[in-house]
Amino acid sequence: MPDTIAPSLETHDLTVRFGGHVAVDAVSCTFRPGELTAIVGPNGAGKTTYFNLISGQIPASAGRVMLEGKDITRLSVAARTALGLGRAFQLTNLFPRLSVLENIRLVIQARTRRGFRLWSMAASQHDLLQAADAVLERVRLTHLAHLPITALPHGDQRKVEVAVLIAMEPRVFMFDEPTAGMSIDEAPVILDLIAGIKRDPAVTVLLVEHKMDVIRSLSDRIIVLHNGALVADGPPAEVMASSVVQEAYLGKELIDV
Amino acid sequence: MVRLFLSGDGPQSRILGAILLLILFCLAFAPFLFPGTRSLETAARICIFIVLVASYDLLLGYAGIVSFAHTMFFGLGAYGVAITTQRMGTSYESLILGTMAGAGIAAVLALVIALFSLRVRAIFFAMITLAVASAVAVLVSQLSAITGGEDGMNIRIPRELTPAFRPFDEPVLGVRFSGRHLNYYLVFFTCLILFLGMLRIVNSPFGRVLQAIRENAFRAEAIGYRVIWYRVTATILSAVVAALAGSVFAVWLRYVGPATTLGVEIMLDILLIVVIGGMGTMYGAVVGTAIFVLAQNYLKDWMGGASDAVGFMPLLPDLLSPDRWLMWLGILFILSVYFFPTGIVGRLRGVT
Ligand SMILES: Nc1ncnc2c1ncn2[C@@H]1O[C@H](COP(=O)(O)OP(=O)(O)O)[C@@H](O)[C@H]1O
Ligand SMILES: [Mg+2]
Repeated sequence: MPDTIAPSLETHDLTVRFGGHVAVDAVSCTFRPGELTAIVGPNGAGKTTYFNLISGQIPASAGRVMLEGKDITRLSVAARTALGLGRAFQLTNLFPRLSVLENIRLVIQARTRRGFRLWSMAASQHDLLQAADAVLERVRLTHLAHLPITALPHGDQRKVEVAVLIAMEPRVFMFDEPTAGMSIDEAPVILDLIAGIKRDPAVTVLLVEHKMDVIRSLSDRIIVLHNGALVADGPPAEVMASSVVQEAYLGKELIDV
Repeated sequence: MVRLFLSGDGPQSRILGAILLLILFCLAFAPFLFPGTRSLETAARICIFIVLVASYDLLLGYAGIVSFAHTMFFGLGAYGVAITTQRMGTSYESLILGTMAGAGIAAVLALVIALFSLRVRAIFFAMITLAVASAVAVLVSQLSAITGGEDGMNIRIPRELTPAFRPFDEPVLGVRFSGRHLNYYLVFFTCLILFLGMLRIVNSPFGRVLQAIRENAFRAEAIGYRVIWYRVTATILSAVVAALAGSVFAVWLRYVGPATTLGVEIMLDILLIVVIGGMGTMYGAVVGTAIFVLAQNYLKDWMGGASDAVGFMPLLPDLLSPDRWLMWLGILFILSVYFFPTGIVGRLRGVT
């Protein structure tokens, strides 16, 4: 990646401690538009926690998060979202009793900042419904639009999770194990969607993933976390070839490949 | 037209629609359908409690916030009218001013409570409301110079709203129409407007956000809604409507006291009605209140009658004795929660 492109997201010595345990340990890293970075590391390495610090669910103990040059370390989750940060969760995290369509419509309503309208009818804001329909079409969930989330099988719930992120139209996308728990024939749909998102040179994608073939086909760069610390950062081939990384830090899956 | 008034949120069930229409019809023509002081009292109480319960549903059923201070806001509205008319004399201006003062104080208090507690955790809010409501109840009974203490205060309202006023010489539809009936229609239309207003709010983009927050506050924040502000706003709205209902209640009763507005029993009634009617439906407040208030007012009578009718049998008369009405109300509640976990409205809409 040419360094001339201004970074979209940076973390500087980002750290969080839970009691005595340092879950994320002074991680400094820069992400640029047009780049998909895979974040790997064994379970408990701190990948999800690193995401939580970036998107604001957990306050940092030390260090800074910068989004497009702006320090967002102290901002609320919602404020970070409004600035263009979008996050999909490792565990499906939707509005369970609301319909698929409403789940997406709410996202677009948030993006267009219409949440504080108290005296108009949500059901008659057709532009939001149409935009939500378009997103559902893109993830091929139109036929399920009116079902509540609870009625969907796990794989489709994961798709809605990705649809939410697409509807947010962020400039920085964060995926936390998007295909976890999906069957082999379902996962490609999600991966195609991520590949589609990546095609836009203006977006930055961070992807936590275990499956090596997925990483190889999608990523431009790999960073490795271990015990909360950043231990490797580079082009996929280089990082995968590094014996130190292979032996000491990566899960079995990586070594097998 | 109907769709517009109901903000596109119809009953979604024919039986429910029919029940709602029946209740609306009975309340709209109560003075003519059920002449007699006691039935008019009951009808007015139903109107006011529909609004009170619906405003609680806005908070609990839509925003997912548990509050124990709802009767406090109700009381603020009632005392606002009572104290203002006492100080400023009897006039429509002082009624309006008292209503606005009550609603204003309720809004400020709700804002303060919400900001202090909702930032931390929603459950903390429940505890704070309990503490503040108890403190206010104690304060009201202590400050008897202002509030009349335990005895409460009588309220002098304009003559046009009292039984002494006779607008017509001839009976209307067989009823000797009085200021009392005018007062009833003031109650009815105010409550109707407040209810339809709340129905509008819960179906607005804002109302949808509240439901999203109730479902998953964490995700609502993640997609960009600042949860705290939505919760604070919902708390204020709910408090203001409760206060308005309280003002109407005070004007209707021409009296306010701790037991009629601030009591723990009323808070429990509100909770029971919301659950029986169906949380997060608005219409649950209508159906639940109608059943509950009727049962509360007439169960004793019905039981007295039934007890006498089966007087020749063993045990039964004892069980049906009017003194046991609270037990039967409890049984009614348990049965309804057991058979209709989503409330009557949820059940009628086919939600299981
Ligand atoms: N809120 C928390 N409180 C205490 N410990 C936590 C918390 N969140 C994560 N951890 C700990 O931080 C470490 C990293 O967890 P996580 O980020 O979920 O790992 P990964 O996503 O890489 O599998 C784990 O040891 C985990 O137990
Ligand atoms: Mg994780």
